[in-house]
Amino acid sequence: MQTSANVPRPRGSVWTDPQVRAWVFQIIAVIAVVALGWYLFDNTQTNLEKRGIVSGFGFLGNSAGFGIAQHLIEYTESDTYGRVFLVGLLNTLLVSFIGIVLASILGFILGVARLSPNWLISKMATVYIETFRNIPPLLQILFWYFAVFLTLPGPRDSLGINDTFFLNSRGLYMPSPGPSENFWPFALVLLATIAAIVVMGRWAKARREATGQVFHAFWASLAMIILIPGLAVLIGGNPLVWSVPELSGFNFRGGWVLIPELMALTLALTIYTAAFIAENVRSGIMAVSHGQTEAARSLGLRPGNTLRLVIIPQALRVIIPPLTSQYLNLAKNSSLAAGIGYPDMVSLFAGTVLNQTGQAIEVIAITMSVYLAISISISLLMNWYNKRIALIER
Amino acid sequence: MSEANKQPSAEPMILMQGVHKWYGQFHVLKDINLSVQAGERIVLCGPSGSGKSTAIRCLNRLEEHQQGRIVVDGTELTQDLKHIEAVRREVGMVFQHFNLFPHLTVLQNCTLAPMWVRKMPKRQAEEIAMHFLERVRIPEQAGKYPGQLSGGQQQRVAIARALCMKPKIMLFDEPTSALDPEMVKEVLDTMVSLAEDGMTMLCVTHEMGFARTVANRVIFLDKGEIVEQADPDTFFTNPQNERTQLFLSQILH
Repeated sequence: MQTSANVPRPRGSVWTDPQVRAWVFQIIAVIAVVALGWYLFDNTQTNLEKRGIVSGFGFLGNSAGFGIAQHLIEYTESDTYGRVFLVGLLNTLLVSFIGIVLASILGFILGVARLSPNWLISKMATVYIETFRNIPPLLQILFWYFAVFLTLPGPRDSLGINDTFFLNSRGLYMPSPGPSENFWPFALVLLATIAAIVVMGRWAKARREATGQVFHAFWASLAMIILIPGLAVLIGGNPLVWSVPELSGFNFRGGWVLIPELMALTLALTIYTAAFIAENVRSGIMAVSHGQTEAARSLGLRPGNTLRLVIIPQALRVIIPPLTSQYLNLAKNSSLAAGIGYPDMVSLFAGTVLNQTGQAIEVIAITMSVYLAISISISLLMNWYNKRIALIER
Repeated sequence: MSEANKQPSAEPMILMQGVHKWYGQFHVLKDINLSVQAGERIVLCGPSGSGKSTAIRCLNRLEEHQQGRIVVDGTELTQDLKHIEAVRREVGMVFQHFNLFPHLTVLQNCTLAPMWVRKMPKRQAEEIAMHFLERVRIPEQAGKYPGQLSGGQQQRVAIARALCMKPKIMLFDEPTSALDPEMVKEVLDTMVSLAEDGMTMLCVTHEMGFARTVANRVIFLDKGEIVEQADPDTFFTNPQNERTQLFLSQILH
């Protein structure tokens, strides 16, 4: 193996040497990007100075002075902008999380339903999907907010269920639990039940593998989780004190309330995104070759087991990447909250706070970073899961 | 009718009586009559589109026939799911494209149906799976995934997977057609050894050497009809029908 190591390479023009060219173009690109960045930074600094705007993040410590309709953490008007940021962030995360969970469930059911051999079911799923994925999400949010939730009767004429739940134009009021003196003993019973169910599940699986007998662990678990805590309540008394909403004056007091903005936003995003997820699920299932179904069926597997053991596990690897995109879309579309005044990150922080402080660059930078962080977290999580279920070949 | 193999005393393993099937307007199977005794080895051949695959796929209801009767191991195939599942438990099938489950290991491919259909304990299912993987001579691949195996190995796993259900009948749908030439032999060897053990086999194949040495009966289909059936000697040396003669002249160069 003594070849061209010492033989001088024939050199043409420097300009046609691919290595030289690669270096030159990369250096030019870096210089251009740095120069542009510096220009933007310097320009901004100069202009801010000219207008006497103080830059920096000091404003986060100032008092906000406005109220917020929904806050998951303690908040009063005298709290700081920093706290407003936290409230907005949590509200955004709340909508994104509920939306992703509900849209996944609904989307999965719809996707499988659209492939159903039952004509009615599959047509109904088709109509749903084609309707809701073709209407702009903002319009759907406005529809649910203005045409549905805001047109509900006022607090005095609430639609009540059993005098515990009340639905009116100000939201859905429901009882909120608080611990009574029986709470901790009951919690122990509940934990013990859950532990017992886990143990039973393992035992059932081990027995199925050892003897082949199927133990209906699901139904047994269901019975246990209802009966044992139920018995505990009968013996020991109620572990929770419910604060039931009551009409006093023009509004309800006590209990929890889901504000109409939250319901409209979550419902619209769920319904909208579920239509897309359904199509992902359908394409994933259809991507699994028909030969797989035939092989499973020819071995005697039932349709349900075929779907669960053979088709879905293979469909998932096709479903996950576009599903990630749908999750990201949902999280970002939650910023449409601004359209109906739900106090999310954008309407609260990039809206009200920006208007009051004028710290446009800082506020927008923070808001963008937050969405970037949320999106990247979702992406990483989903990519990790996708890698875990990937097929092994060669 | 098959004159030589007729044993009126024994109930036939497979009985097809006046079976017709249409794909829309297209008449795929025309009045198929076939009776197969336990332990018989049948080879079906014919030009492409002759309905030979469709015929054996009707036997485990992967295809539905529209007229006539099909009785497999004493169970008539009707719309009744119970009957269909009962038949499928007793009938193993090997496909042209293997159709192994790519997300499961070779061993899991073999234990899936015994555990979920026969409700067999995992350990017993694994013992049986290893037994048949040894039988097809690839026990060392048990922990690998189908994508990591060659075509011939995959097809042998597919045979083992079907055998794990301890079927009474094995259906082979062109099992060597998707294989590279050097892998055909290993699969055929496996099938020959299966035949030697007395398995009832129906095999759609173009491997005429296999038909000659293994089959009791060769059935020639053309345009959805059984044109000729005979023992391999007669079939290859003295075909009666001119369509058979034409077909044989085209494939036996």
